[in-house]
Amino acid sequence: MIVAADVMPVLINTVSVLVGLCIAVGAMLVIASKVFKVETNPLVDEVASLLPGANCGGCGFAGCAACAEAIVLKGAPINSCPVGGFDVAKLIGAVLGQEAVESEPAYPFVRCQGGNVNCTTLYDYEGVEGCKAALMICDSRKGCTYGCVGLGTCVRACQFGALSMGENGFPVVNKAFCTGCGNCIAACPNGVLTFARDSEKVHVLCRSHDKGKDVKAVCEVGCIGCKKCEKECPAGAIKVGEFLAEIDQEKCTACGACVAICPQKAIELR
Amino acid sequence: MADASIFAVLMDGIFLKNFLVVQFLGLCSFVGVTKDVKSASGMSGAVIFVITMSAFVSYFLYTYILLPLRLEYLTTIAFIIVIAALVQLVEFIVRKFMPPLYRSLGIYLPLISTNCAVLGAVLLNVMNEYDFIQSVTFGIAAGLGYTVAMLIMASIRERSNVLYVPKAVGRGVTYAFFIALIMSMSFANYFKVIPL
Repeated sequence: MIVAADVMPVLINTVSVLVGLCIAVGAMLVIASKVFKVETNPLVDEVASLLPGANCGGCGFAGCAACAEAIVLKGAPINSCPVGGFDVAKLIGAVLGQEAVESEPAYPFVRCQGGNVNCTTLYDYEGVEGCKAALMICDSRKGCTYGCVGLGTCVRACQFGALSMGENGFPVVNKAFCTGCGNCIAACPNGVLTFARDSEKVHVLCRSHDKGKDVKAVCEVGCIGCKKCEKECPAGAIKVGEFLAEIDQEKCTACGACVAICPQKAIELR
Repeated sequence: MADASIFAVLMDGIFLKNFLVVQFLGLCSFVGVTKDVKSASGMSGAVIFVITMSAFVSYFLYTYILLPLRLEYLTTIAFIIVIAALVQLVEFIVRKFMPPLYRSLGIYLPLISTNCAVLGAVLLNVMNEYDFIQSVTFGIAAGLGYTVAMLIMASIRERSNVLYVPKAVGRGVTYAFFIALIMSMSFANYFKVIPL
């Protein structure tokens, strides 16, 4: 039979041990939290809470927290975040007392239209999925070593689901989902993707620096460096160097003369 | 059991009774933090520290406070308080001195306090009636065993990012479970075939 006199000492011991333990542990933690205190700038936390939090790295910093730190402490521009764009820049500007300036968004642009139809395919590739892996084995599975390999490395690099592999074997950008973070551009081993703004109307859809004859052998729509566009352009915006036409977007007036003259249909007017 | 040599205790903790792949304790972080070797090793370091310190503190707590007062039934709750406090301490230290590691460990760092590997180690110390040296050794061994399993797992998963994996096996967590299965079988059976 349990007598109250037996229970009481156990009860007192229990309570005193647990209370004593908790006080000891609590005191230790209080001291530790003082010793290991991390000083943070409250503005950094505030800016970080405004950023999208996707940690995509599109700003060039290691995630959103690092971007917030750079904006507040190291003077990075308040529109550093390409994903948040103007809206986020305005909010951050309000916190830091700076005026946000609207910048036109830039989207990735596929500078190749070879694909399965226009460009020859040398062999079937069944290894590790991805353009980089394929290029490690051989120059390219395509006839053209400059163009899109078509194995979708950029599609998998996109965190926002804005890229998909088109029917013709090169990626298609869905601007509704694209945030302009640039991960796909960094992922492409051939540099087929570049940034392009909507105001930039005329683009050369080829990356090949091969001679005209070599280009024609593998691709029906590649730039052969014939210089017809360079002579035709009234604004002098096109330069052909190393058998590839380059358009100076600042001089281009989007007149469309080059598009009409190009024998390979390698220039596009959007 | 109490007169087991230190070497035997060490081997017990690291291989024979490996907490992750033989006793299946603390599996949360085994799948959660093994995506890359860097955070796996950071996590393992934190766990080694916490288990060793817990073994250290819990031995004194048990032998000099709970046992003389005949409060053995408080073992679990008292140990949990000690472990939780130690984890909090580790969190302070990691946040102060290794902010990138702190961010990559995320929720798994505070979750060490609910990690049954830690509680399992200190409770096994009590159950096996280990003395002080054996307790601390078993604590270190448990942490090392955790590290071994975590590093193997993380290495395999990191390496397999660039390898062909059949679609049926899948990627991510499904794949991790397959690796865990094979690792568990090899750990559990290796020392039966080749006795230590």
